[in-house]
Amino acid sequence: MKALSKLIEFSFAHGVHPREYKEATVSLPIQRMPFVREYVMPLNQQLGAPCKPVVEAGARVRRGELIAEPGAFISTTLHSPVAGWVRAIDNRRYPGGVFARSIVIEADPYDSQQFVPAPRDWRRLSADQFVSEIQQAGIVGMGGAAFPAHAKYSIPEGQHIDHILVNGAECEPFLTNDHRMMVERPDALLLGIEILLHNLGAKAATIGVETNKPDAIEILRRHIRPEQPIRVAPLRVKYPQGAEKMLIKSIFNKEVPAGGLPRDLGMVVNNVGSVLAIADWFQYGMPLIERVVTVSGDGVEQPSNLLVPLGTPLREVLRFCDGLKAGVSQVVMGGPMMGTTVASLEVPVLKGTSGILAFREAQANRSQEYACIRCGRCLEACPYFLNPSRLAKLARARLFEEMQQYSIMDCVECGSCTYSCPSNIPIVQLIRTAKSQLRQSAGKVA
Amino acid sequence: MKLKEHRLKLQAAPLLKQSMTTGQTMRDVLLALLPATLAGLWYFGLGALLVLIASIAGAMLTEWLFSPAESRMQRLSDNTALLTGLLLGLTLPPALPLWMAFIGGAASIGLGKLIWGGMGQNLFNPALVGRAFLLATFPIAMTTWSPQSGPTEFFQIYASNLAAPFMQSVYDGISAATPLGLMKFEQQSTGLWALVSGNTSGCIGETSGLLLLLGGLYLLLRRDLDWRIPAGILGTVALFSTTLYIVDSTHYPGPLFSVFSGGLLLGAIFMATDPVTSPLTPRGTWIFAVGIGVLVVLIRAYGGFPEGVMYAILLMNAATPLIDRYTQPRVFGKGIKNP
Repeated sequence: MKALSKLIEFSFAHGVHPREYKEATVSLPIQRMPFVREYVMPLNQQLGAPCKPVVEAGARVRRGELIAEPGAFISTTLHSPVAGWVRAIDNRRYPGGVFARSIVIEADPYDSQQFVPAPRDWRRLSADQFVSEIQQAGIVGMGGAAFPAHAKYSIPEGQHIDHILVNGAECEPFLTNDHRMMVERPDALLLGIEILLHNLGAKAATIGVETNKPDAIEILRRHIRPEQPIRVAPLRVKYPQGAEKMLIKSIFNKEVPAGGLPRDLGMVVNNVGSVLAIADWFQYGMPLIERVVTVSGDGVEQPSNLLVPLGTPLREVLRFCDGLKAGVSQVVMGGPMMGTTVASLEVPVLKGTSGILAFREAQANRSQEYACIRCGRCLEACPYFLNPSRLAKLARARLFEEMQQYSIMDCVECGSCTYSCPSNIPIVQLIRTAKSQLRQSAGKVA
Repeated sequence: MKLKEHRLKLQAAPLLKQSMTTGQTMRDVLLALLPATLAGLWYFGLGALLVLIASIAGAMLTEWLFSPAESRMQRLSDNTALLTGLLLGLTLPPALPLWMAFIGGAASIGLGKLIWGGMGQNLFNPALVGRAFLLATFPIAMTTWSPQSGPTEFFQIYASNLAAPFMQSVYDGISAATPLGLMKFEQQSTGLWALVSGNTSGCIGETSGLLLLLGGLYLLLRRDLDWRIPAGILGTVALFSTTLYIVDSTHYPGPLFSVFSGGLLLGAIFMATDPVTSPLTPRGTWIFAVGIGVLVVLIRAYGGFPEGVMYAILLMNAATPLIDRYTQPRVFGKGIKNP
């Protein structure tokens, strides 16, 4: 049986095979995290322009009420995760050791925090109305990038979407939130896909799931009704299988043109959490005010999969998981391959926070760096077929312009190069710095 | 509920890494060379051991001497100087005067590595630079081969080993030709089993084909080795020499003899595979390997020396930057017509 499933696995070339570490939380049902006293909603938690607050300090807000509107088209809305009062609009801690302007909300301890469902019609929307609905719901790509979802569904003249791809690869180690959602809410996921199929005019949909989630593959297949043009594609367990261009390469053996988007091939890729958020918006009228987060790592007392209101400080989430073990030195938001470390546990859960990982010692000790011996492992790891070894050398020499000849801008910063480097060279970090230097000198805003 | 006292460290992603390090790779290669090294000592006795020690000492002392004082021990601890010294020693005749082996080791590191800017910067394989230096400087000593010593003579040291520096070295009455020398100058073949087991005269580490292959297999399993390089070299040599053998079997040896004689296995498995001096891309690696194979057969068949592995590798080392430039991989999503 296992040999048979290997035969029909879809995959791409290159990539790496980190240990999965998913066993700690893979079989734990999603638990609802109770409400806490204070919530912090940073205005810049999506890619694109920051949101503009529409409330002032002192205002009373209901759970799910709009508190900030999009600052531009590539931006989205924010809603209050709780009923309570806006206490301040102030600079608060943000991942990566920096501060960001945020709306601070104090929960009303006497409010029942009930959300009254108000279903919305999704069958009679124009294309523009659908895009606006998604923006009103505040939905972003919930795999980590937090790209406003409605922008993906706004299809320019002359292009059309044939195929909806749902990204259930979850290739980041430790994370099991997408896995649990697929297992626990298959019907809602399929409803979300149906909404997308209907409103984007696509003919079919594929859910890509890595084969380390056989129960999810099985349950989804069982719940798909015969008349639904939806199939499940088992994917080889490999990082970065969940990068959208890799997902398309794996399933359709097509390459999204460099600098292009999936819609150039008539496709749109959506994270499992985002599709569920779409279903929740139309089924219940609930905007994006909570999300599923995997709490794991060797520094957590009680690893869990939690449904957490956005804006909950990490301190409270970790407290709910019985706290941290002694000697924790690193807390990560997101997965260990592309996540961000935090300097403070005051940082809140954001729309793009897929995981909270606590480590007792750094998982990757890169203190002793050796010279590059040109072993070529980074070339064999890079799923975009770049030459990371060369790029790192050019970055060290600050030859940023020359790096463009080596296609630096096609790097998606998946980190496979740094992961695979036996000389402990921080390749992707050097590339990241060089990219922002190049963007700055080009006069573009990053 | 201890949340307050944690001091959180920031680090840029990825926060995981695979476990292999460059230091570990060097230790693996040293381990892989051990069987062939021990065989060399078994066949050639204590004299060979002294040659290896002298060569390693020359390499490590030079590395130490020319490293900045604060990073000396760290540079030695990555084992690259030890490995270069050992590799050079294994390509030397067992009766070589020790002072020459020492100078060879110093030249390997000094001219082969340090003047290029240190580890990872050199164009040529350092051990082969040392060997080329010795061959050009001491051509007679470098081409005088000794017969193997029996187990009873293990503790005998070749008189020439102890020759004083810069004096005319004295050679033992007995000397022996290598299998390749016999083939080239006397059209006399050597039995395959002697070649595979290493029971022939030659350089200290090159004689036992079997043990060299064993070391290669270990490196392959540890993923320390690009299999394309030995496969490409040995395949090309076998194919090319078969062609010559079919044309004229009295002058040219057959494929098995070609593969198992001389320094080919040592060179193909342990020297051409030096990642620093071989191309980065798979395509480039094939070009590099086939190039070495063709040059080895050409030099052996038509050159002045009976053996050509060293020059073949050095020549292809020189071509490596060029190969790299023309074999950059096709970037994902560029220049593609989707079906």
